[in-house]
Amino acid sequence: METITKTSHGRTLRTEEMVINMGPQHPSTHGVLRLELVVDGEIVIDVIPHIGYLHRCFEKHSEQMTNYQQVIPYVDRMDYVASMNSELSFAIAAEKLLKIQIPERVDYIRVIMCELQRIASHLIAIGTYGIDIGAFTPFLFCFRDRERILDLFEMTCGARLLYNYIWIGGLSHDLPQQFIPTLKEFIVDFRKNIKELNDLLSFNHIFIKRTANIGVLPADVAINYGCSGPMLRGSGVKWDLRKDEPYSVYNKFDFEVCVGKGEVGTLGDCWDRYIVRVDEMEQSLRIIEQAIQTLPEGNVQSAVPKRIRPNPGEAYARAESPRGELGFYIMSDGTGTPYRIKARSPAFVNLSIISEISRGCMIADLCAITGSVDIVLGEVDR
Amino acid sequence: MGLLDKQFEDGNIVITSLDNLMNWARLSSLWQMQFGLACCAIEMMAASASNFDMMRFGVIPRATPRQCDVMIVSGTVTLKMASRIKRLYDQMSEPRYVISMGSCSNCGGPYWEHGYHVLKGVDRIIPVDVYVPGCPPRPEALLEGLIKLQEKVRNYSSVKSVA
Repeated sequence: METITKTSHGRTLRTEEMVINMGPQHPSTHGVLRLELVVDGEIVIDVIPHIGYLHRCFEKHSEQMTNYQQVIPYVDRMDYVASMNSELSFAIAAEKLLKIQIPERVDYIRVIMCELQRIASHLIAIGTYGIDIGAFTPFLFCFRDRERILDLFEMTCGARLLYNYIWIGGLSHDLPQQFIPTLKEFIVDFRKNIKELNDLLSFNHIFIKRTANIGVLPADVAINYGCSGPMLRGSGVKWDLRKDEPYSVYNKFDFEVCVGKGEVGTLGDCWDRYIVRVDEMEQSLRIIEQAIQTLPEGNVQSAVPKRIRPNPGEAYARAESPRGELGFYIMSDGTGTPYRIKARSPAFVNLSIISEISRGCMIADLCAITGSVDIVLGEVDR
Repeated sequence: MGLLDKQFEDGNIVITSLDNLMNWARLSSLWQMQFGLACCAIEMMAASASNFDMMRFGVIPRATPRQCDVMIVSGTVTLKMASRIKRLYDQMSEPRYVISMGSCSNCGGPYWEHGYHVLKGVDRIIPVDVYVPGCPPRPEALLEGLIKLQEKVRNYSSVKSVA
């Protein structure tokens, strides 16, 4: 479309819209996302996300496996930044289908692991968001703390990133002896580090200038699009599955649902989404502290079924992953292989909002917006 | 044989062969393409972050292929992505090196059998210098792969031997 603009000198200029590609190889698209931008100079008129560069056939794989347990490593690789949360979601769905009760100790350890994973995932989100804005140092600070969480995971199950730890009906290993003391040390140190992070990045004047009032997502639009997680809470909607539809043993713990308040700009801007993640890390620490105080004794593998062969039927279970509502729908035909598995991934739904909130912004702000959505392409494309 | 072996005692003169000098320069500044594909990219980020600090080997991430010497293919290469990787490789200037990181890009990894949209090994489209096994490889494994690549660069000769 051709438009004629008048300059300040009274002369007329012919301008034309241009289509440019951002990605799939672009440092701020967090993986292999391609954004097709329609721009008028520096101003973004429309954004069309193109996905599928990391489609790894998760659903077909699940149908090809010989049993349900074999699906879990593929679930890990779906949301590779928060594997524990994906495993939990899948395990809950499978247990619902099998109608088995699991020991309380298993539930408690699952909660500890998932909250640690939530902190680790948010640390990546915050660190890489800093890089998107142009601040490299917070990234190093975040990864320093994240490595300590990974050390805890490695101590427990031997893996750093993709664990296969939460099994259907139990866990692969019990906690090692030095786990709890190391975790307690971490909690004490990490509280201080959150303060340090706030001083360094959250309330940095340049950072606020780059993120406040950018990419404003009103609450009603967020609900209409089906957003969840920090995207929805950043817009001021108090919705957290851990609180509103408690699964596992989350109803036994006291914690707050963090929402954006529009502290430095408009409610629902990039900064609000960012600060929700920072606040959630503090709440996760609170949950972990309560869980290790009341950790019951027991055998973590006593309820693991020898043969997983559910009756014909279907089950859907959802859980709050760091990115939002992650659900698994499992359909069984009575054999040992799942007949159909469908994943409802929060990152995919959250990504669909991007063209809505980035119309009319500058190209540089688009990096801030894509960073604040915190997508993981493994989960978008599955 | 190091570069500084034949140093004179009194002056700042170093005698070396052109091969040695060029290879030393190349292996000490292998700029890496900042390009992540999947899970392994998180471990690659961890390798370049505080605890493992890949920059001490002279590996600096650059955002454009034109400035890069080494491409770390970190993750699952899908059929849709394969043509883009080929293009990115073609855009790099020579001498260029490729590290294939993780089982997926080595051979298809966990997706080798039923992954209808997964390329079974990135070496089907571009030449690979070093393969790093693991799913995902630890950052230490990636660093070892990098050192192996440096050894390979060190032994390169620009003069062709005549039989």
